[in-house]
Amino acid sequence: MSPRISTVGTRMPLVDAHEKVSGRGTFIEDFHFQGMTHARCVRSLHPFAEVLSVDFSDAEKIPGFICGLAPGEPGTARKFGVLPISQDETALPAPYALYSGAIVAAVVCEDEISARKAAALVKVDYQVLKPVLRPKDAMRPTETPLHEVTVGGTNIHKVVEQEFGEVDVAFDGASVTQSGEFVFHGINHGFTEPIGCVAVPEPNGRLSLYSATQVPHYLHMALAKVLEEPMHRIRVYKPLVGGGFGGKSDPFPHEMVASLLARKCGRPVRLMFDRDEVFLNNHGRHPTEYKLSVATAQDGTLLAIDADAEIDGGAWGSFGVVTTYYNGVLTQGPYRMQAFRYAGRRLYTNKPASGAMRGHGAVNARFALETLIDETAEALQIDPFDFREQNALPSNTTTLNQFRITSNGFTECLTQSRKASDWDAKHGKLPTGKGVGLGCGFFISGSGLPIHRTRTPMSTVHLKIDMDGGVTIHSMAADIGQGSDTVLAQCVAEAIGIEMSRCRVLARDSDTAPIDLGSYSSRVTFMAGNAALRAGEAIFRKLQRACSRISGLPAAGFRKGAGETYIHDDDATVRIDFMEALDEALAFNGALISKGVYHAPKLGGTFKGAGAGLSPSYSYQAFVAQVDVDTETGMVRVEKVWAAHDCGKALNLTAVEGQLEGSVHMGIGQALTEEMKYSGGQLINGSLLDYKIPSPLETPEMDILVVESNDPEGPLGAKECGEGALAPIIPAIANAIYDAVGIRMREVPMTPERVLAALDRKAKTDAATASNEAN
Amino acid sequence: MSESPPTTLRLSVNGHTHTVLARHADSLLDVLREQLGLTATKRGCDLGTCGCCLVQVDGEPNLSCLTLAAEVEGQQVISLEGLPDSGRFTPLQDTFAEMGASQCGFCTPGFLLTADAILRDNPTPTRDELRSELSGNLCRCTGFAKILDAIERCASEHRAFRGYADAMRGQA
Repeated sequence: MSPRISTVGTRMPLVDAHEKVSGRGTFIEDFHFQGMTHARCVRSLHPFAEVLSVDFSDAEKIPGFICGLAPGEPGTARKFGVLPISQDETALPAPYALYSGAIVAAVVCEDEISARKAAALVKVDYQVLKPVLRPKDAMRPTETPLHEVTVGGTNIHKVVEQEFGEVDVAFDGASVTQSGEFVFHGINHGFTEPIGCVAVPEPNGRLSLYSATQVPHYLHMALAKVLEEPMHRIRVYKPLVGGGFGGKSDPFPHEMVASLLARKCGRPVRLMFDRDEVFLNNHGRHPTEYKLSVATAQDGTLLAIDADAEIDGGAWGSFGVVTTYYNGVLTQGPYRMQAFRYAGRRLYTNKPASGAMRGHGAVNARFALETLIDETAEALQIDPFDFREQNALPSNTTTLNQFRITSNGFTECLTQSRKASDWDAKHGKLPTGKGVGLGCGFFISGSGLPIHRTRTPMSTVHLKIDMDGGVTIHSMAADIGQGSDTVLAQCVAEAIGIEMSRCRVLARDSDTAPIDLGSYSSRVTFMAGNAALRAGEAIFRKLQRACSRISGLPAAGFRKGAGETYIHDDDATVRIDFMEALDEALAFNGALISKGVYHAPKLGGTFKGAGAGLSPSYSYQAFVAQVDVDTETGMVRVEKVWAAHDCGKALNLTAVEGQLEGSVHMGIGQALTEEMKYSGGQLINGSLLDYKIPSPLETPEMDILVVESNDPEGPLGAKECGEGALAPIIPAIANAIYDAVGIRMREVPMTPERVLAALDRKAKTDAATASNEAN
Repeated sequence: MSESPPTTLRLSVNGHTHTVLARHADSLLDVLREQLGLTATKRGCDLGTCGCCLVQVDGEPNLSCLTLAAEVEGQQVISLEGLPDSGRFTPLQDTFAEMGASQCGFCTPGFLLTADAILRDNPTPTRDELRSELSGNLCRCTGFAKILDAIERCASEHRAFRGYADAMRGQA
């Protein structure tokens, strides 16, 4: 007898894989509408300036010019933002351009070339103001803060201060204290598909916005606010999205600009960014200065950490309040500790906004912690693996800040990466220039709170099955390449007991999809997956009742048998085919429909900021990197990575490995080469030539070690695998560099220049030590 | 700035001859996407830095964003739409899909056409040769691992690799 159909734990293609390999999938720039026009943005040349006037008179002379949009026009000054607590973005300056590259006006023409010409001819009169470029300057009181709401007349956006346990007592009693000051430069998501949208005024007076977005629902809300239209008068459509990584997870000014222009000219407006505009839009990882101290007892027990983060937010709030919390609270795992103190400040500066990026808020702090733990282990002469194992959070516990820890495969991650990397034969034993390092991690599997306080479920999935036997899955979970559509289809097929090929996922259109909060915080598999599972289970119950009517046996006894059949506990001879059961269920009834929802359980404490970092579950990582450091050039080459990640349950091994491999690649970029470089407030490397993402040549072989802790609340046991895996590779590389050549890196990316400078400092220190010893 | 009027170009794309009216500055990418509606070829940077716009010209990988449409008159241009007319997929396409070599899919057309050209010239490339040959294509999702795996599997299972250009000649 053939086994029961299940795809769980197998390898399979994404449900839209052939759409993609055929090149027939529709991305945002592939849309064409009758009468479509083309918009171009006019961007500020000044980091900080008041826009006094915008003059379209020369632009209007370009043949094909239709209209422009300037500050002061309706809707352009209406504030929006992804977080309700920092609604500080506007479509156009009101009246301040807050960074060089900010959109200050826009034009619409019949074709794109004319739009480019017209945009170049728009005259903008500025009153140039003195920009705030360094976070330190943003701390001071000022006459002209960048935003209405700041802390005490400065440019401080958000301050977080938290303390749990007796930190000072712990440090006083510690045997080993390690401290460091770390510098992290900003990085960009670097997705291959540029940002863009098409706004389409519909004949019935509604507006459709097609946009490459990770957060169609938040975009929908922001559009309603800016356009002053009820949500039902607006439709948001998410096509295939060419990568997001957090960089398409805010509602953006250009989406408002295109919508306002479409309303103004009454025609579809396409607004596509060039690559340099993608960099200027940014919302990437925050440049951060991080100070950290770690206190440890003589026996290797981790006692306390004391952290301070200064976070450069750039021009807008974006997700920054969350970032400010995450830089502290996400150091609460995967280790136990007795006390924890954190002070974080996010500052507004006149630079492209920082925002959410893969591993949001956890990556830079993780580097600092894992580096100092490596130093602590060395000081105590404990192996870095042993140190972490000794201090590992157990399963089913609560952290100091009241994170609920359930499934936890951290120890297993340590065991697997230690063995696979042959750590014990390598650490401290490879020839000079070669080394291995360990970095670990901990990340949320979906934010336990919605961004907007609401009683609406975080994910809702609708199903429809008609007599064709196909299952239509309606959702607004945003597949951005990570495979969320595939997860939904898999969960539904599993719950009903049918082949996945019966499922078709419609997760694009706000007119048909129930609300889902979107793709951020690694929430989709856990939350939308659970909703899909519950929707499928509701259909299964209807089919059980149909089977009961056919057979006369009690409905509850029917379960999924081999193939697409249902069998009964009480009578082994009964076997009812899915299509037969469906036919019975549809009789006098019509199409079967169902709904499944997910809402996170109540979690966490009641103190201020208790909501930050709460998640129904957490992922864990232990990564080993092996590097080769060229002491002549300072070049670091990552030779091999062993990446153990606890994803709860790998629903689809191919997809899980792909997420981990992609995370490692992106982490190597931040570790070694990627950096947003500025000169006087001007971004100077806004191209994929100058912003250096590792190519296949710089990307090592990766040994992906999937650890399964079977989460009790995850769909079929699954939890996140898309973000947590980025953070640990960066300190793993830094610790490997130390093992290779004995230098501790404090600035990321660890470029050849910075490695050479550190080698130079080490040579001088070594020489001084030798000289002292000689004396 | 004076601008010369558009001129008529005769382009051979995917085995079909198209007559298009193009400005001198129009790139092959512009013409493929905006005039011929062949949108499998993607615009990622317009600077030759990402490989998303890669097509084959006379069988060689070619960045269509850096190529003027007027340059390729008389040459055979092949985009991902060039195959298959039959509605079936090539071994590379199937293997990319099956092995997870395509996540978001935006870079996929460029990788497929590069891989196709690599395997035609070198049916059994080493992993390092593949890394080198693919270094002009950017993928931000996969870390390249599954792309390399898929091409290697194709190379091992389809020894007599029939590239797009060969197949096009077969169809013609």
